[in-house]
Amino acid sequence: MTLTVKEARAGGGRTPLTGARRGRPPSRRGSRWTPWLYLAPALVVLGGLLVYPIYQLGLISFLQYTQAQVSGGEPTSFQGLANYAELFGDGQFWQVLLATVLFAAACVVCTLAVGCSFAVLLTRIRAVPRLALMLAALGAWATPAITGSTVWVFLFDPDFGPVNRVLGLGDLSWTYGRYSAFALVLMEVVWCSFPFVMVTVYAGIRAIPGEVLEAAALDGASQWRIWRSVMAPMLRPILVVVTIQSVIWDFKVFTQIYVMTNGGGIAGQNLVLNVYAYQKAFASSQYSLGSAIGIVMLLVLLAVTLVYLRLLRRQGEEL
Amino acid sequence: MATARTPLIRRPWRLAAEAGALLLAAAVAFPLYWMVLSAFKPAGEVQSTEPLPWTLHPSLDAFRRVFQQQDFGRYFLNSLFVAGVVVIASAVIAFLAATAVTRFRFRFRTTLLIMFLVAQMVPVEALTIPLFFLMRDVGDAVPGIGLNTLGSLILPHLAFSLPFAIWMLRGFVKAVPEALEEAACLDGASRSRFLWQILFPLVFPGLVATSVFSFISTWNDFLFAKSFIISATENSTLPMALLVFFKPDENDWGGIMAASTVMTVPVLVFFVLVQRRLVSGLGGAVKD
Repeated sequence: MTLTVKEARAGGGRTPLTGARRGRPPSRRGSRWTPWLYLAPALVVLGGLLVYPIYQLGLISFLQYTQAQVSGGEPTSFQGLANYAELFGDGQFWQVLLATVLFAAACVVCTLAVGCSFAVLLTRIRAVPRLALMLAALGAWATPAITGSTVWVFLFDPDFGPVNRVLGLGDLSWTYGRYSAFALVLMEVVWCSFPFVMVTVYAGIRAIPGEVLEAAALDGASQWRIWRSVMAPMLRPILVVVTIQSVIWDFKVFTQIYVMTNGGGIAGQNLVLNVYAYQKAFASSQYSLGSAIGIVMLLVLLAVTLVYLRLLRRQGEEL
Repeated sequence: MATARTPLIRRPWRLAAEAGALLLAAAVAFPLYWMVLSAFKPAGEVQSTEPLPWTLHPSLDAFRRVFQQQDFGRYFLNSLFVAGVVVIASAVIAFLAATAVTRFRFRFRTTLLIMFLVAQMVPVEALTIPLFFLMRDVGDAVPGIGLNTLGSLILPHLAFSLPFAIWMLRGFVKAVPEALEEAACLDGASRSRFLWQILFPLVFPGLVATSVFSFISTWNDFLFAKSFIISATENSTLPMALLVFFKPDENDWGGIMAASTVMTVPVLVFFVLVQRRLVSGLGGAVKD
């Protein structure tokens, strides 16, 4: 086939045996080092700024690392699992972990519900209202997390915000109570993250050939049946992608919580793992504890990733 | 319920759905409307306990305050510079890497792909602590990219946008028919010529869609700007400038909304410009 032509042309001279020596399809066009040459910049950046820091994060989580060690005043000492023991022995950690999981779950469910129903709505309306909804969603999507946060806090401001005025809530301060503060952040998070779900699912629905649906309808399938037996299976890969992306994204929320609840709420009532780690490390200089929290987050997200990979594999996606 | 396709839907249902869609669009856009409106309201109206959804006395006072305050314009340029460098560098690097993993077969290829996928899940925020120390140490050796410099914002964002960019571009590179490469090759095009003059333009729409994500994540960055730019405020970015208007006693809401508007509008413009490519790009990437 043409492979041999390419091998002869590009591979000739340097490493002529490359393809034949290994029992796999020969690398097309170019020597065996070409792909690595292309990959080199990415690998250098990722190695230096992702892999190495992860290693460092793990390392620090096993050390005693506070302001004294950072400034070089005291030598660092290996602590074994002491930091983790301290963390797991702290009731606040478990409370924050639980709050993080529940908050992320609520965000994911709401984001998916809003995103999917808007996507379905988009397929049933004509161009002008569709464009209006699409543009509004793009606007919310494009809004930086920090400006979205400030605007939502302002909308719900007890004195100057329109929401309390319209709903007749008087001077209810949303950021004061634990649940109302979480609810406020949740609304902002859903607002700025449903567009991704909406656009992606909409693209997925549009990609389903109309003939398939018409054929199902002609065969007498009910709406529900069409959705369950035709559309849902075809949309499954997309739903998996947006769900996993949302889980990852919502589990890591930082800016919204930090800005809207002013660093984790009154007495830390609105802390999530991210903000908790940040406060531990940078506000109270307990870098080792902050790193241990980081490792916990890393492990949780790794578990989510493994589930994702398994789902992809089961769908037979070729990597 | 109505049927799935527009032509099949019954008229009253469709009209109701369209009215609902317009209402929802208004609700979704409302926070942005309120932001811009409040930015143009005179101070007295912003701080009024009877807020009105319009203003009869638009004023630029809040914007004037924003731009007179410290170096807001400079922060803006810093943000633009950081995001611009990240977008361009990550597009080029990701393009090369995506080409490597889609058009070559080599050992560890699948392993690498899985690594890129896993890398996307790494909680960026958890790495703030080691990155802080890394930037501090690097700064001692190479002053240009240590703490307090824009380099300390560019490099981490480059690393965090790459895995996703590679993953997304993969589909676009794959979609370019191999016959094209063979033809180019037979016509005597060198590898780099094929790469930059044939493949690159063909993949460009995908690059645009990908760039939107790296641009947004970099432009939005709050945590690194907060953690790595400690004393050199002249190297701060927009999110930090925004926080100046939050005051312990009374927030300057007009200033906050004006600063938010200034920070949001460039992204909105960018989004509207690439909107079509973004939607088709997402469709393409997901379908793959």
